[in-house]
Order: sequence, then C-alpha cells, then structure tokens
Amino acid sequence: MIASLPFGLIFGALGITGGLSAAAVAAMSAIVFAGSSQFVAVGLLATATPAWVIILTTLVVNLRHMLYGASLAHYFRALPQRWLAFIGFTLTDEAYITTINHFHRHGHHPLSHWYYTGAAAALYVNWQFATLLGIWAGRAIPNPASWGLDFVFPAAFLGMLVPQIRTRPVLVAALVAAVVALLGRQLPHQTGLIAATLAGVIAGVWTERRQSLAPQPTPPLKTNHP
Amino acid sequence: MTTAELTLILGMASVTFAARYPVLAFLSRVPMPPSVMAALKFVPPAVLAALITPALLVAPDGRLALTLTNATLIGGIVAGLVAWRTHHLLLTLGAGLLAFWGWRALLTVLP
Repeated sequence: MIASLPFGLIFGALGITGGLSAAAVAAMSAIVFAGSSQFVAVGLLATATPAWVIILTTLVVNLRHMLYGASLAHYFRALPQRWLAFIGFTLTDEAYITTINHFHRHGHHPLSHWYYTGAAAALYVNWQFATLLGIWAGRAIPNPASWGLDFVFPAAFLGMLVPQIRTRPVLVAALVAAVVALLGRQLPHQTGLIAATLAGVIAGVWTERRQSLAPQPTPPLKTNHP
Repeated sequence: MTTAELTLILGMASVTFAARYPVLAFLSRVPMPPSVMAALKFVPPAVLAALITPALLVAPDGRLALTLTNATLIGGIVAGLVAWRTHHLLLTLGAGLLAFWGWRALLTVLP
C-alpha cells in the first residue's frame, strides 16, 4: 500500500502531462485499476499509438494476473460468482501478494475472502487517492517523476520476497526467475516477466522433486525381539 | 472526457477483467491436482524476483547497470540486507530509500 502510493502519484502526474484530461486519468484508475498497464497506456498515448494497440498491450501486460487467479482459485472455491467477479476486478499484484502471504502463514479459513476484500478495498481507495494527488501535482509541480520514487517499488517487493526465502526450492525459483527476467528484459510488453515467472515455477518444482527423490536418512532398523 | 478517452478506458478495463476473472471463476469450480497446487506456491517468489531484478539492474536505455553509479542498485542492496536481517517491510523501505537518496546525492557532489 505504502509502495503503491508514489506510483499512483506518478501515474496521475504523467497522465496529465501526457495530455489526458483529469477526468480520464481519474477514470482510468477507477475502472481499469491495473497500475503497470496504466503506465504503459500513458506512455503509448504520448507517442500517438492507436487505441486498439494500447488495449491489446494492456491485455498482454495483465496476462500475469491469470497466474494469480490460478493460484488463489483454490482458496476461493466456495464463493459465489459475484464475489469472484469482485475479486477478479480488484486482483492487482499487491492484492495478490498480500493475500497469498496471509494464506501461507495463517492457512485457509471460511472467512478468507474477507481478508482479501479488506486488502483489496484499502489498495483501491489508496490508488484513487494517489491518482488524484498526482493529477494535482502534475498541474502544480514540474516533472514530479524526477524524485526517484520509482525506487520504492523494487524496495517494497524486496521486503516481501526476502522473508519468503526459507527453503532451497523457493530460493532456486527466485534466482531462476531473476536471471530469466534480466535475459528477457528486451522482450516486448512484459512477456519477459511471464517467461521469468514460469521458468521460476518450473525450477522450484524441479528442485523440490529432486530433494524428495534424494536418499533419505535410513530409519532405525526394527528389531524383532523386545 | 472525450469519447476517444472513454472508449480507450472501457477497452482497457474489459481486457484487464478478462485477464483476471475467467481463470479464477473456472479453477475455483474444478478441483486442482495436488501437483498443480504444489507448483503454484512458487508463483509469488518468482513474480517478485522477476519484478525486482530488472528494476534494480537495468538502466533506462535497456543495458545492464552493474556499477557503483547505479544508486537504485545500492539502495536495493541495502533494502535486501535489511529485509534479510529484520523481515520488516517498513524498515526495509525506509533504509532502502535513505540509501538510494543518499547515494544519489553523493554522486552529484563527487566529480
């Protein structure tokens, strides 16, 4: 949440300086609610890209959310469709990571969807507030993007990643994903991110399987006499 | 707001929802095999690592920036160390940001 505040601010400011109306910038945050694709859209608008290309790019950038849906589906299997639609509308990177961390730590319970709802609602309100602040800043301050606030994003994600690395398979998954993400950084529209995630997951599964196949310490021999 | 802006925003909203909702709706209704569940637990660390490293190590022009003049990298190293020692998100953010700003200021002062 703290991490997405400066991003909403920068998005609002970039949207205004990029030529969108204030109403359009605010509406994009309210209806699309997908930070990275909003940034990409504003960037493409500045180079006079046709709308259908921007929409297609938005789809590609947001394809990673399918993985989040697959990962969370198990925990939300008892919910009616209208809940799932709400979750589908608000499923951002931060909402996913916050919720899945909670489930991994505290397990799944019948009211799990309320935890998600609370986190998602807070993130939603925060994003709208930050966007409005950014719209104001975009009009009042020259070049607010130069403050280097984009650093907050990798720093916050580091703070979430590092505590998760407790087993060798998780470490391998993270390392492989990191390397593939670097190798695929020139691939268009974050397809490198999807490739890196898939590679990381495969590496994690492979490491875990190898560990379970490795010879276990031999159990003490049973004796037949008391 | 112009019609063009509205069309764009509604289009973006539709495809975003199409990426998020259907998988959730479908997979929450069919039981998933345990092997898939086991694999999905690697999604969060893999996504996070894949988001972090390009942000820290790649310069705006797309080249690797494994240098001491990369303040983002220095801030990231400090943030990583603090995260490792404390497991505390706010401390991680604060220490990382201070290191990043401090290093950037230092770089502008030095020749």
